[in-house]
Amino acid sequence: MALRLLHRLAVLLASLAVSSVAVFAFMRVLPGDPARVALGVNASEESVARMRAEFGLDRPLVEQYLDWVAGLLTLDPGVEFISRAAIGPQIADRLQVTAWLVAAAMVLAVAAAVPFGIWMAVRHRHVDGVLASALSQVGVAVPAFLAAILLIAVFSVQLGWLPSGGWVPPVQDPVEFLRRLVMPAVSLALVQGAVLSRYVRSAVLDVLREDYLRTARAKGLRPMPALVRHGLRNAAVPVVTVMGLQLATLLVGAVVVERVFVVPGIGSLLLDSVAQRELLTVQAVVMVLVVAVLVINFVVDALYLLIDPRLRTGAR
Amino acid sequence: MSRRRINPSLVIGGALVLLVVGLALLSYVWTPYQPMRVLSVEAYQTPNAEHWLGTDRLRRDVFTQIVVGARTTLLVGVIAVGVAALVGVPLGILAAMGPGWVGTLLMRGTDILLAFPALLLAIMFAALYGGSTRVAMVAIGIATVPSFARITRSGTLGVLRTDYVTAARAAGRGRPAIAVRHVLPNVTGLVIVQASVSFAIAILAEAALAYLGLGTPAGQASWGRMLYEAQSTLASATHLALIPGGAIAAAVLGFNLLGDGLRDWLDPRLEGR
Repeated sequence: MALRLLHRLAVLLASLAVSSVAVFAFMRVLPGDPARVALGVNASEESVARMRAEFGLDRPLVEQYLDWVAGLLTLDPGVEFISRAAIGPQIADRLQVTAWLVAAAMVLAVAAAVPFGIWMAVRHRHVDGVLASALSQVGVAVPAFLAAILLIAVFSVQLGWLPSGGWVPPVQDPVEFLRRLVMPAVSLALVQGAVLSRYVRSAVLDVLREDYLRTARAKGLRPMPALVRHGLRNAAVPVVTVMGLQLATLLVGAVVVERVFVVPGIGSLLLDSVAQRELLTVQAVVMVLVVAVLVINFVVDALYLLIDPRLRTGAR
Repeated sequence: MSRRRINPSLVIGGALVLLVVGLALLSYVWTPYQPMRVLSVEAYQTPNAEHWLGTDRLRRDVFTQIVVGARTTLLVGVIAVGVAALVGVPLGILAAMGPGWVGTLLMRGTDILLAFPALLLAIMFAALYGGSTRVAMVAIGIATVPSFARITRSGTLGVLRTDYVTAARAAGRGRPAIAVRHVLPNVTGLVIVQASVSFAIAILAEAALAYLGLGTPAGQASWGRMLYEAQSTLASATHLALIPGGAIAAAVLGFNLLGDGLRDWLDPRLEGR
């Protein structure tokens, strides 16, 4: 198993290297002259040349790339092109906010989707199971930002129970923090929960057809205890994979939801940087998100090995 | 073949998709009012006989925008998914039938590409070139390639294990001939199902991008854009958000159900999963 983990780790490192080259090439090489893009077409030749010299954009690309990677590894990606603000602290601040949002959404999604999915599977021949299944299909089709707008319409505009946006750090005011967290988290969780519940349903349906479950029933176990004791661990394998992928989706989905609720997270930073042509910030944030997604996928693979002993022997 | 039967997902999904396609086609020959035209009528009208879905803040007819928006949505979907399939399917077949190292390399490549979802790609493009419908199409297209490559690869591996491929090999057929004569026809079903599901994802992505101002620009009809514009007047005119929101959800639901229904119809063993 250690060997397999090492192999996955090597794949992760290679993927990180390749994607960093891709991001660098896209943001720094494709535009031709990043200084010109940052300053706009109307900027004078002198100011463009000055920026090129200041940020070392006139050096060989390989040198620039290595410099950039070194900056990322030491958690100091430098300063922005235009505002000259340090990029690292901004990302760290915004990442905290997004982490709260994504974590809350993931917990809500799992807490709702697992029981809901099991229920849909167990009752799949009954009216309530079919209706629940149809409901989850509708949930999959509602984009997070639409759910967000509908939640605002009901709970902020009509009922006036919750603020329609903004952010308060938990240390400053825990109650206000929760009041502002709940709607963004729920709107992200609704869609992800609906998707996850479909996977839970299909995984449990597969398990229900297995011989070992029939054996457990034959030994006299009632349906639910049989499923809980013998089935869920097996059903968990595909579901954990999907959960990992969803964590990555949530991270990116948060970009849109943060915009709807004016939450100062990593997504807002990204969109603001795009609007202000702060290419270095865009480049750094994109890389942070890609690293997060790749690392999450690696962790899921590792968990896979832990959950399913059949994968450990290496003999597939 | 005889076990193939029409299932509810196929019927409901097909009907919703036909409705969206019908609206989009209709928009080429007839719209109630000139698209995006500012009319000399009252703003914020609720649905009525004159304006079937009301009017918006700028006194434009909402039904006209929905009809023309369907065209935008489908155009982005068709081009993005079409290009993704044209690139992804051959790559998938190559990954399965080519030398081992090519397959490994291609699959690792798709793994890495999966870390760049459509939204992230579109943001990267928009940072350099500004947002547009074309940026949305390209970003969604690139991001959709991995799913086609993967589904085609696994389908191809299945076909390669069948007896008729062994027979074709024994008869001296080369790999390209087997790929075209045996593999391609047998993975078409999988690809069609994937296209339907990808289409749903493309619609979601297009709406999100337009909402963020990175896709279809202001002044052109787009469901995501309509939602964005409706958000500031949620209190006084909730229907302006509900109508495009409902259109997006209905279109996505339609393509998802159609995909599910097609999968069950093409492979009855999977039914109910």
